Amino acid sequence: MIASEILVAQNVGFAIIAALMVIGALRVVTTNNVVHAALWLVVVLAGAAAQYILLAAEFVAVTQVMVYIGAVMVLFLFGTMLTRARIGAEKDLNNKNAIIGLPIAVLLLATMLIALNDGFKAEKLPVDAPIVTTQQVSDQIFGIYLLPFWALSFVLLAAAIGAIVLARRD
Amino acid sequence: MLLNQFLMLGAVLFCIGVYGVIVRKNAVLVLMSIELILNSVNINLLAFSLRNGSADGHTFALYVIAVAAAEVGVGLAMVLLMYRNRRSVGLDELSEMKG
Repeated sequence: MIASEILVAQNVGFAIIAALMVIGALRVVTTNNVVHAALWLVVVLAGAAAQYILLAAEFVAVTQVMVYIGAVMVLFLFGTMLTRARIGAEKDLNNKNAIIGLPIAVLLLATMLIALNDGFKAEKLPVDAPIVTTQQVSDQIFGIYLLPFWALSFVLLAAAIGAIVLARRD
Repeated sequence: MLLNQFLMLGAVLFCIGVYGVIVRKNAVLVLMSIELILNSVNINLLAFSLRNGSADGHTFALYVIAVAAAEVGVGLAMVLLMYRNRRSVGLDELSEMKG
């Protein structure tokens, strides 16, 4: 009985957070103000972190909060401040052939939802699955996935150097 | 919890991100839409990780987060350069390669 109550609570939490995320994502792509878009993106990213906790991935959730909300959002806000002439709403944020975006997105969504519905129907996530510990994750990163980790280190190094080279003024 | 509820949330976020990439002209907003797409991928990775009881999804979700951070850094540097050269971040003005 307690287990079923936890399941109900998980589902209610999922529904609330998912609704917030979808509203936030829609505002990101429809708002007329770049700063507002960045702040709505924070809602989506924080909601994603909450979903990761529901999926029993607490280390990824904490990383999400630190990297995305801590670092990437600051970058976005800096980028917005450095590239905009004026504060406030702008008219000219959308493409001139923006009208084709909606049918493409709706068709894509319909296709994906039908495919998912066919593929996984009502498959439940295991309730008593073995918990993936951070130790296991680190064993994988420094074990069988060491080569991608090295590649990723070079990607980050190249990105840092590249960003400096591109953005410096001389 | 159903597996499909997470996958469908990922699909919805992915399509909203694709819509943003198509519709937006401001380069910073296009980068934000790409972040939405990458987050939906992470939700899918972690959902399948829980379903299969393996840690692979966690590892690759962390890799995706790192790649996204690198992408935003370089992307915003390019946007900054573009703004410095032409006083605008409209992507439709980058048409020199139109032949």
